[in-house]
Amino acid sequence: MKKIVAENIDKWYGQLEVLKKISLSVDAGEVVAVIGPSGSGKSTFLRCLNRLEEIDGGRIEVDGEVLVETGAAGVVYAPDADSRRICRKMGMVFQQFNLFPHLTVLENLIEAPMLVKGLAKEAIIPEAEALLRKVGLFEKRDNYPARLSGGQKQRVAIARALAMKPEIMLFDEPTSALDPELTGEVLRAMRQLAEEHMTMVVVTHEMGFAREVANRVVFMDQGEIVEEGKPAELFSRPQHPRTQAFLNSML
Amino acid sequence: MEYVLSILGPMLEGTVLTLQMFFITIALSLPLGLVLALARISHFSFLSKPVGVYIWLFRGTPLMLQLLFIYFGLPFVPVIGVRLEDFPAAVVAFALNYAAYFAEIFRAGIQSVDRGQYEGAKVLGLSYLQTMRRIILPQVIYRVLPPVSNETITLVKDTSLIYALAMNDLLRTTRGIVQRDFNTTPFIVAAVFYLAMTLVLTWGFQKLEKKYSAYEA
Ligand SMILES: Nc1ncnc2c1ncn2[C@@H]1O[C@H](COP(=O)(O)OP(=O)(O)OP(=O)(O)O)[C@@H](O)[C@H]1O
Ligand SMILES: [Mg+2]
Repeated sequence: MKKIVAENIDKWYGQLEVLKKISLSVDAGEVVAVIGPSGSGKSTFLRCLNRLEEIDGGRIEVDGEVLVETGAAGVVYAPDADSRRICRKMGMVFQQFNLFPHLTVLENLIEAPMLVKGLAKEAIIPEAEALLRKVGLFEKRDNYPARLSGGQKQRVAIARALAMKPEIMLFDEPTSALDPELTGEVLRAMRQLAEEHMTMVVVTHEMGFAREVANRVVFMDQGEIVEEGKPAELFSRPQHPRTQAFLNSML
Repeated sequence: MEYVLSILGPMLEGTVLTLQMFFITIALSLPLGLVLALARISHFSFLSKPVGVYIWLFRGTPLMLQLLFIYFGLPFVPVIGVRLEDFPAAVVAFALNYAAYFAEIFRAGIQSVDRGQYEGAKVLGLSYLQTMRRIILPQVIYRVLPPVSNETITLVKDTSLIYALAMNDLLRTTRGIVQRDFNTTPFIVAAVFYLAMTLVLTWGFQKLEKKYSAYEA
């Protein structure tokens, strides 16, 4: 079953076409790694999926529901309530964590379930604590984010997204803001999630992670998907010269 | 000493009026300032433009002029012209004026919050109102405490402008006594009163800052 179907996504920033009619679909439980040079439109594509950015053409279907489509009348998004409900199926983890600094770690996790789902605090605290245990941060539950290392912050951010029980997780360079020695702990949490068959789209510069964890690697350049394939094939036998050049530059 | 005790009664009465002006102005201008700030940063220009003009008007003219205008001038304005008693007129002038200053403080505070906070809240499904109330404003409060503290201290002293409407606040009462008794001691007593009020404020804001700073590293 397809969890995400994106077709002919078009996105402009003023005169600049950032996404040039790109299409990608993601199966349930699949882990897709998106790689490519800086400015190629990876973040923009991810942010279009959950409507942090709005598209200028194309169609996006999430978990069988249409988020946006383009017809004779132009780009039409689902009505607000539906659109929000559909987007909630996707959790997102940002490069800069975006934790809420005025809330403790535990409060960061329970805030959205309380406000958005209207759940009682007591009802969700056990789940939130279980998630914190899972990412190895239960002892930090009452700390404020400022007291955490970058790797710990990002693990809290992952747990916070999971607390909303998403069907899909989107990651935008989750380890790029981290010191090299801290990336491992975050990648471990993501790998564990992949092993639990979470559907994931991961924009990353971590070629090791893409190679070992992803089911499929997508190479983007200048707003296009240039090449995609199984990691073993794409990394060892890239077909397109731009992919070859990029992979060489990453070595 | 005996003299000081003898003037304490009327001076305390003046202080009560000063404090009334102060608290009512704060109670009105803080929420009004917040609403104005939200309108000012809104994407709807029919909200942000007029509020911009409002802020420019009230910060660009003397508070004394606004006070005199609302008391003496407003009755002659067509359509909206009303005649206000001295106390309500003063309250309206102070509240409108301070709301303009608070609006700018809040606007700067809200805009200083990183865009990532909105995005973090949005991807979790929070609505705009929930994001503002639970995520953005709590962080804004902490950041604006110092400038808000400044403004409130200024307000304590600005209340003395109501002497222009012949209202007997602390300062006007004091001046009356000085002129009656040919003695400048009441000025010193008044200074002590003002200092006491600003001291309490300073101390209160320090407490608040401490409370809200728990989350800073
Ligand atoms: N808000 C914006 N306004 C205008 N241009 C933008 C905006 N956001 C991104 N761009 C441009 O769109 C293009 C794609 O940017 P995007 O952030 O999607 O690239 P990326 O592949 O994620 O790069 P990186 O690896 O550096 O994160 C770039 O040329 C960028 O300058
Ligand atoms: Mg990016």
